[in-house]
Amino acid sequence: MSIDALDRAIIKATQEGLPLVARPYDAVAEQVGTSAAEVMARMRSMLEDGIIRRIGCVPNHYALGYKANGMTVWDVPDSRVDAIGGKMGALDFVSHCYHRPRHLPEWPYNLFAMVHARNHETVDARVEEMAASLGEDDHGHRVLYSTRILKKTGLRIGG
Amino acid sequence: MTDFERRLLNEFQRDLPLTPRPFAAIAEKLDCEESTVIETLERLTADGTVSRVGAVFKPGGVGESTLAAMAVPPERLEEIAELINGFDEVNHNYEREHRLNLWFVLCAPDRARIDKAIAEIEARTGLTVLDLPMIEDYHLDLGFPIQWD
Repeated sequence: MSIDALDRAIIKATQEGLPLVARPYDAVAEQVGTSAAEVMARMRSMLEDGIIRRIGCVPNHYALGYKANGMTVWDVPDSRVDAIGGKMGALDFVSHCYHRPRHLPEWPYNLFAMVHARNHETVDARVEEMAASLGEDDHGHRVLYSTRILKKTGLRIGG
Repeated sequence: MTDFERRLLNEFQRDLPLTPRPFAAIAEKLDCEESTVIETLERLTADGTVSRVGAVFKPGGVGESTLAAMAVPPERLEEIAELINGFDEVNHNYEREHRLNLWFVLCAPDRARIDKAIAEIEARTGLTVLDLPMIEDYHLDLGFPIQWD
């Protein structure tokens, strides 16, 4: 999974979104100095490699009323983390799900899942469902609500 | 929000066609004009309902990244948040309800630059930064179904 200078140029030109014109890939091609066919081929290849996860409409969930975002953190057995993570990552209210290292003693949690809902009550209910489905594998969990967004910028590369 | 707008938002979060006229392909599926699709997306982007139309990149797919956490005394939060936000490597920074109350994501072309940023933050704040890099990503991003009220 490696990308070259043209891939990077295409990412840079499209990370704020495609131009909303009839032929968006032509517009990107002109900007990076290649053909539209090459832009589409590169994007298809990045999609296949997983560098691009999807191409489409990215709704602003916050603007649509999904104002509660709970970072749920779980202490699960290391031997089970892949199986549990795979299940959590597939839940449609989970937007990110990662295995991360513990930092004992202050941080015992090894699995992170971001849960989105319209309000905290719904997030809490989702977390209860998740905990119930873990059963004995749940050695402890917490929900860390965000109280303030201090900085949020999209992915940027280069520099 | 009209039914048309809802469909546009929910059914086209993925698989925007990699064809020369992708909005024409959407228009065909929604049985409308290409210009209607483009104008509606322009309006929803302008009013903030849509963040953008385009590719969603894998976090850390280019370069390296980590999630960092700090326990910051409340009276120093503003000052330290500002210091951290000043780093180009930082692209998300949230205050959260926990003893570890500051959570931010660091991204850089290589791990050395992340280590350098963390060391500098620790030196300038006198506080410890918990470094929690991703070991495995389990989320298959297929978009997010919106349930309308």
